[in-house]
Amino acid sequence: MTDASATPTPSEAPAQEPEQDSAEPIERKSFLSWLSVGWIAFAAATGGFFTMMGRFMFPNVLFEPPQSFTIGFPDDFQIGVVDERFKDSRGIWVVRSYDGLYALSTVCTHLGCTPNWLITDNKFKCPCHGSGFRKSGINFEGPAPRPLERYKVTLTEDGQVFVDKSVKFQYEKGQWDLPGAILKV
Amino acid sequence: MLELIKNTIDFLSQPSISLTMILVAFPFVFPPTEKFDVWHRKLKLHKIWTKQGGLIGLVFITLYFFLGFTDEHFSLILKKPDNVPIIFIIYSVLFFLWLSMYQAYENDKRMAAGEPVAEYYPAKEKVLVWPDLVFIEFIALILMTVFLLIWSIALPAPLEQAANPTLSPNPAKAPWYFLGLQEMLVYFDPWIAGVLFPSLMILGLMAIPYFDRNKEGSGYYSFAQRRKSIFIFLYGWLVLWIFPIVVGTFFRGPNWNFFGPFEEWSVAKVVALSNVNLSDYIWVKMLRIGLPSNPLIRESVGIVFILAYFGVIPIVLARGKLRALLEKLGPIRYGLIVFLALAMMLLPIKMYLRWTLNLKYIIAIPEAFFNI
Repeated sequence: MTDASATPTPSEAPAQEPEQDSAEPIERKSFLSWLSVGWIAFAAATGGFFTMMGRFMFPNVLFEPPQSFTIGFPDDFQIGVVDERFKDSRGIWVVRSYDGLYALSTVCTHLGCTPNWLITDNKFKCPCHGSGFRKSGINFEGPAPRPLERYKVTLTEDGQVFVDKSVKFQYEKGQWDLPGAILKV
Repeated sequence: MLELIKNTIDFLSQPSISLTMILVAFPFVFPPTEKFDVWHRKLKLHKIWTKQGGLIGLVFITLYFFLGFTDEHFSLILKKPDNVPIIFIIYSVLFFLWLSMYQAYENDKRMAAGEPVAEYYPAKEKVLVWPDLVFIEFIALILMTVFLLIWSIALPAPLEQAANPTLSPNPAKAPWYFLGLQEMLVYFDPWIAGVLFPSLMILGLMAIPYFDRNKEGSGYYSFAQRRKSIFIFLYGWLVLWIFPIVVGTFFRGPNWNFFGPFEEWSVAKVVALSNVNLSDYIWVKMLRIGLPSNPLIRESVGIVFILAYFGVIPIVLARGKLRALLEKLGPIRYGLIVFLALAMMLLPIKMYLRWTLNLKYIIAIPEAFFNI
């Protein structure tokens, strides 16, 4: 600060003079302590706000469809057919091939859209960026970097197919050979 | 006759052909060097940036849209409320491009003749902020509000059924301003096209004042004094940003297949695109020994390619053509500029590799979500 920019002379700013007189002068020390009180209060309020926001991310109750369920008997599924009955309700395609029965995730491995099963082209095709997957789930066109994921399929005691979506099998990690990735029927 | 024109436009609109035409024409329309400028003038392309040239351009684009609105297939796309801003964008981008280039060429002519530029004014001349500027701003604000109100009433935002995670619309399109990014996502992994490239764009734009210390052209329009900088900027703006938005809006249909503007958007259109990774080409098709199990060995060729692209090319250029730039700007600025320029070239390179070789990824390590 130079003199030029400091306190204006009365002739330049006459209106400000009386106000400065009426206001009580604030000491430097008390100003600093009030400033820190203000900042601490502000930080506490902001911190509290973000803590509440964070708490909001973990609701007490989550209404999610169950992650494991039965989908019927193996004979309900024809060989060579992609079963779309569980796409909307469970988010899986059930495919039965000559090797067995498997459950494919309906989430594109590129950016998470839901591909469509094109029966005439015999492929899953994603409408967002054009990724294509074969009936096995192997990616063969478009930008998807890896095949569709498979979920664990087992048989229940009464012979029904049981899908567990909490266990997934990824081809690129060599998990499709593991037990549960495909149900031999 | 009309069918022939429409089929020709459909054919030329394929991104492989239209991008090639744009890339070839670009240095002749915006000559980055004196040599190109000679051709630019020989081909009479500088006439584009005159009033007659602008008028002819306006007539051509309007004819194109007129043809589109009378066509049963193209009109469906053009009349979609979401796509109306893209028609505005084409007109406004080209108009402001023309306007600035027109002013730049006028100034270049004046400076060549030894006259002051059009923006020059004697120091005594003054315009007051209030009322001259603020009043114009206020009127513009009111007109813009009226325009937005009418637009929102005439073309209401589409309201669809409640979101359903198992049902993606076909084609599923991003908002129009993100369609360029969505087009990049066809060629790149999400983290590159969605995170790395946008960050590089923003950082690169922020870095321009630190790279470009050419004081010429400051405060007035000029092309001749800033050929290279304008060329690089317009390449990024028109080719890498506007062009993919236009492609994504008008030319991408069901299953994200490419459709010419006058073609019917048929879900049944089959385009065979068996994409293959570089590692598959090398280990399976050329060496016929199958993919190695270690991903680093499997992708070694792609990794070497990428490292060479970003590591060797700057050094080669520094010893050759860009030696003057290196000496002028120093190694850090030079390195950053060449890195950003190479990153800008990576998009068309990857597009061409996809179109010609069906190449999916140069480096493909899905185990670690690392694909380039």
